[in-house]
Amino acid sequence: MAIEVRDVNKNFGKTPVLKDITVDVPSGSLTALLGPSGGGKSTLLRVIAGLENPDTGTVVISGVDATRLSPQRRNVGFVFQHYAAFKHLSVFRNVAFGLEVRKQPKDKIRARVMELLELVHLQDFAERYPGQLSGGQRQRMALARALAVEPQVLLLDEPFGALDAQVRKELRSWLRRLHDEVHVTTVFVTHDQEEAIEVADRIVLLADGKVVQTGSPHEIYDHPANEFVMSFLGPVTRIDGHLVRPHDIEVSLDPSPGATEAIVSRVVRLGFEVRVELTIGEQEAFAQLTRAHADQLGLAPGTAVHVRPAAGAKALPVPA
Amino acid sequence: MTTTVVPAGAAAPAGPGQPEKVPVSAGRRQHRAGTAIGLGTAIIYLSLIVLIPLAAVVWKGAGRGPGFFWDAITTPEAKSTLLLTVGASMLVAVLNLVLGTLIAWVLVRDSFPGKTIVDTLIDLPFALPTIVAGLVLLTLYGPKSPLGINLAYQRSGVVVALLFVTLPFVVRTVQPVLLELDRDMEQAAASLGAGPWLTFRRIILPNLLPAMISGTALAFARAIAEYGSTVLISGNIPFKTQVASVQIVSQIESDNMAGAAAVATVLLVVALVVLLTLDLIQRWGARRG
Repeated sequence: MAIEVRDVNKNFGKTPVLKDITVDVPSGSLTALLGPSGGGKSTLLRVIAGLENPDTGTVVISGVDATRLSPQRRNVGFVFQHYAAFKHLSVFRNVAFGLEVRKQPKDKIRARVMELLELVHLQDFAERYPGQLSGGQRQRMALARALAVEPQVLLLDEPFGALDAQVRKELRSWLRRLHDEVHVTTVFVTHDQEEAIEVADRIVLLADGKVVQTGSPHEIYDHPANEFVMSFLGPVTRIDGHLVRPHDIEVSLDPSPGATEAIVSRVVRLGFEVRVELTIGEQEAFAQLTRAHADQLGLAPGTAVHVRPAAGAKALPVPA
Repeated sequence: MTTTVVPAGAAAPAGPGQPEKVPVSAGRRQHRAGTAIGLGTAIIYLSLIVLIPLAAVVWKGAGRGPGFFWDAITTPEAKSTLLLTVGASMLVAVLNLVLGTLIAWVLVRDSFPGKTIVDTLIDLPFALPTIVAGLVLLTLYGPKSPLGINLAYQRSGVVVALLFVTLPFVVRTVQPVLLELDRDMEQAAASLGAGPWLTFRRIILPNLLPAMISGTALAFARAIAEYGSTVLISGNIPFKTQVASVQIVSQIESDNMAGAAAVATVLLVVALVVLLTLDLIQRWGARRG
């Protein structure tokens, strides 16, 4: 294990932020700490980095108890949401900072920095200052800076949170490819379930200061531990006392065994898919259909239909 | 410049052949007229308040030819007074640079009871008439000092008086910059292996330096011109504690206007050179950062 967090508790004043957190991060993995804001995921990351001290519990990095080590002795790379670029230093000097602190010879620093700038596609920007870079470029610079010291683990705190949607998507898949090249154990914090599923090979889901579920993205998506996990990872709706994904609902005009009767209240066309809003008795629900299927059924407000979870679909029974 | 200022509303209905073109040019013309008025006002105001009086001083000082000017500023008394003024001001500026930054740091980064009161007290030297400050200092550090510290009629008394009136400059220029400083930078430096001192020297200090320098420049400029707070405690002993501004007053009182203006001109040049040098240092720093 690259990181072992054991029974960590942390309070801010009287508010508990982390409650008995135990998490293992395997070496070489790309792990997402996922959860709603205020769930404690950033605090956990900062505890691992040594930027916050836990009230109780231990943090072991690469087999060494790091709980009482200061951040500068942990050899972790940390990437901040708002880049934390050294504004007064050039891109080159930013990336070189950690190596200069370690008093490496100049020619060695130069070679290593240029190699890293190439890795993050900033080799032509070495002499620029952070103020002259776009957000995405600044974050790539921050990543190169964190990687320069060959950290045992790389920690990223909402690394794409401050970027616009387009750049965010690009950097996501780029981070995935980078990790496949560099193989450094990486933990990143995100509140975006899509980002976690796309980038990570392991997800730790945190809510309310507790670990709710740990597993690979599809394990968590397909076998959510509870109602909360299921609704956090994607849209859900309720039919017949079950929580179901709206694309897992079968809609037909004729009654079938196990199906519930519903009335179509609205049909919304969203590009290639159609969202059908339904009224089941007093309750509201919705289903996602392909456009062709919806046209074939001829759905319109007022149509009486029969709905049921598709065979093999994940349906969590929920109390009414 | 022709000032045909068209209200934006009147220009809005553009002809069908030239959509949008008319309002844009009208807007631009209006904008330029606005700039001209602003620029003109600023220049006239600056000229009336600063440039013309300064020119008058220089003209008065140099009016009787370079020979007289040189003689006026190289009398033993003028030389000693100028050296004391510039020397004491430099000392005061350097002390302010260090201690003002320290005070700003404590006010921003530390929390202690009564912090708000201390923060308010910093501005007191600005609010107090300097002659009152001089009186207070003379009472505290004069011959009848309740503290047993007598600085009256000594050069150290001049320095203390100057320190008192220049205290706010560095504190108030550094404080907002320190407040705005991105704390993540320090944590990033720590995670890259830098200790607190290295982080301060390599990360915090370079970001504070421009503010520290401009605060110091203001403090220096204020110190060489200070009159009220020093006149009482210094005792105005020629060759010992007489500062330039006091010497200028005594020259005027003995009806030597040209001599007074000559010394004033030297102060002006020193202030200008110092301000320009510090500005150049700052620009050089800004280009790098």
